[in-house]
Amino acid sequence: MAIHSVICVKQVPDTTQVRIDPDTGSLIRQGIPSVINPFDLHAVEAALKFREEQGEGGSITVISMGPPQAEETLRKVLGFGVDRAILLTDRAFAGADTLATTHALAAAIRKIAAAEPVDLVICGKQSIDGDTGQVGPGLAHRLGMSQVTYICGLVGIDPEAGVIRAWRQLEKGRELLEAKLPAALTITENCNRIRYASLPDLIAAADKPVEVWTVDDIEVDRTKLGLKGSPTRVNKIFAPPVRERGEVLVAAESSAADAAAKVMDRLTEQGLEMGLAG
Amino acid sequence: MNTTTNTPTPRRFEAIVVGGGPAGLAAAYTLAAGGARVVVIERGDWPGSKNMMGGLIFSQPTGQVIPEFWKEAPLERHVTRREMWLTTGESVLKAAYESTDFGAEPYNSFTVYRSRFDKWLAEQARAKGAVIITETLVEDLLMEGNRVVGVRTGRPQGDLEADVVILAEGVNPFLAEKAGLSHGLKAESLAIAVKEVLALPREKVEDRFNLEEGTGAAYEIVGEITNGIPGTGFIYTNRDTVSIGVGVILKDMVDRAGEAYALLERFKAQPQVRRLIQGASPREYAAHLIPEGGYRGMPKLYGNGVLVVGDAAGMVNAAFTEGANLALLSGRMAAQTVLKARDCGSFEALTLSHYGELLERSVIMKDLKTFEKMAPFLSAHPHFFSIYPELASAAVKELLTVDSLSKADKMHLIIKLVKSQRPTRKYLKDLYDGWRAFS
Repeated sequence: MAIHSVICVKQVPDTTQVRIDPDTGSLIRQGIPSVINPFDLHAVEAALKFREEQGEGGSITVISMGPPQAEETLRKVLGFGVDRAILLTDRAFAGADTLATTHALAAAIRKIAAAEPVDLVICGKQSIDGDTGQVGPGLAHRLGMSQVTYICGLVGIDPEAGVIRAWRQLEKGRELLEAKLPAALTITENCNRIRYASLPDLIAAADKPVEVWTVDDIEVDRTKLGLKGSPTRVNKIFAPPVRERGEVLVAAESSAADAAAKVMDRLTEQGLEMGLAG
Repeated sequence: MNTTTNTPTPRRFEAIVVGGGPAGLAAAYTLAAGGARVVVIERGDWPGSKNMMGGLIFSQPTGQVIPEFWKEAPLERHVTRREMWLTTGESVLKAAYESTDFGAEPYNSFTVYRSRFDKWLAEQARAKGAVIITETLVEDLLMEGNRVVGVRTGRPQGDLEADVVILAEGVNPFLAEKAGLSHGLKAESLAIAVKEVLALPREKVEDRFNLEEGTGAAYEIVGEITNGIPGTGFIYTNRDTVSIGVGVILKDMVDRAGEAYALLERFKAQPQVRRLIQGASPREYAAHLIPEGGYRGMPKLYGNGVLVVGDAAGMVNAAFTEGANLALLSGRMAAQTVLKARDCGSFEALTLSHYGELLERSVIMKDLKTFEKMAPFLSAHPHFFSIYPELASAAVKELLTVDSLSKADKMHLIIKLVKSQRPTRKYLKDLYDGWRAFS
């Protein structure tokens, strides 16, 4: 079965380098390099795997909504052997919250699907700057697709049944889900290992264009875009309180068995249920 | 996992450039502009990400590669004042040059973050048609006999062939060694530079360094700060940061059990330096090796199917702390050579020797030859970095201190002081050696 996947990616500030202004509580983004949202790379890998498994004819489109510099992120994704890249960029999209973002992206994906039907929309589980995890489910809703979120393992596509099977990460454990195609998926970092792109793929990417779409290229209600279409209001930004140091049990002067007993005592004291894997 | 179902057939490149620094990018830009199919392979996340330099670039050589680059390139400040400081720890003797000409087009030099500038340069090369591949390490050269025919990268399906390979791999030229062109690194021909970038608000930079809006200053400092080890300190003003660092000859530093970071701390603690950077918060810390072997330390610059440019070729003029512009020019000359070789259809060493001729005729080799004896001279005369700054400073101090001594008495005192430090014949020998080394 020739699967057409659309991957949604976001360019984010490298949060490992972002600091918070202690006075205003806002992020100091100046001079911070941009990177591709790490979870989105797992979405890319998932799409590449599907294309390999399903054989000839599959294709992958990557789309990003963002400022013109986000082209860099799309170039990087093209380097993995993705077929087509679209940058959705326009002042009309600026200031969008997750709701407005889903309106813009859904309209773009509808346009992509009009030319080549879309079987899968694949997103990272969340972005590392906003951390909301809302865009993937929002897209599923707007596009009328079934959705599977927090995927930690992909079983595969059953073309005859027209379904996809995947493991979903839960707080305690995981569950196996089956969803009808077309489906929207959000992928966790446990789902796969990102490959090292091949040299021929990287070189071929240099010849691929990044198509630029503005608000005029998609059919969408403009009042639902950008700041206007964003009901989210930020009341306060603050740095979380620094976590207190955990308790340290010094085991140096006792034997390993004593140390283990000490740990066990402390855990049972705290009422922890000890479920042994079997 | 290594194979994708629709692996494209690799394009055939005429030239592979290893390394996306100034030398490699200048080569790629010139080649692409000349219509050659060229690929740059850079190991860092982006071109410039491995470049530690935060210093000066000069208008004239950079403009040769990209005319009127200052209109678009990411620059920090155009430098209108250069200062040379002679320090003793307690005092500083300064020489400054300031020019309004340096403040107008085509300018003289700019402070830059090399990492940003190189990223921009890569974009220019890409716009001309060069292919830029990042996060890819070239692990080996592909050889046929004594001829370089391509490179082996660490990527899956990572071999790539081309007519010619330009090695712009930086200070540690391990591929040039494999090609039999370089004999590897020697401590005596390497300098180590450590640098900090300190954040300071724009107005404070301009106030403290006495600068008009947008203009910059560059200071070079010699003397006590390197603790008697041949080397220099430097301070460059960026838009809202200050780059400050120390570079010393590696071997001399090791011989004297010195530590580069300790020298930088010592430099920053100097009272005249301390007040310039007071309250500035550290943003970056970097250390890098600089090839300062000069003309003598250079490898063979070309072979069959291969050329060496930039730091990999030892293109650094230590006397004037110039490296990046030599890198740019050497990259451009290598590219011009390849374009010529392409017309002849031959990439043998004999054809590529044109690169050597271009270099010989250029300001690069003339300057490098002039200063070739400098590094060994300074290593052999470390007192140039201790006794002489102290004497000069003591003499000026004596002259400027008003006390009960007459000016004539003061002159006698100064002469006595000078004689007490070293016998006269040693001064004459220094003078003679210095004249020999620099002429």
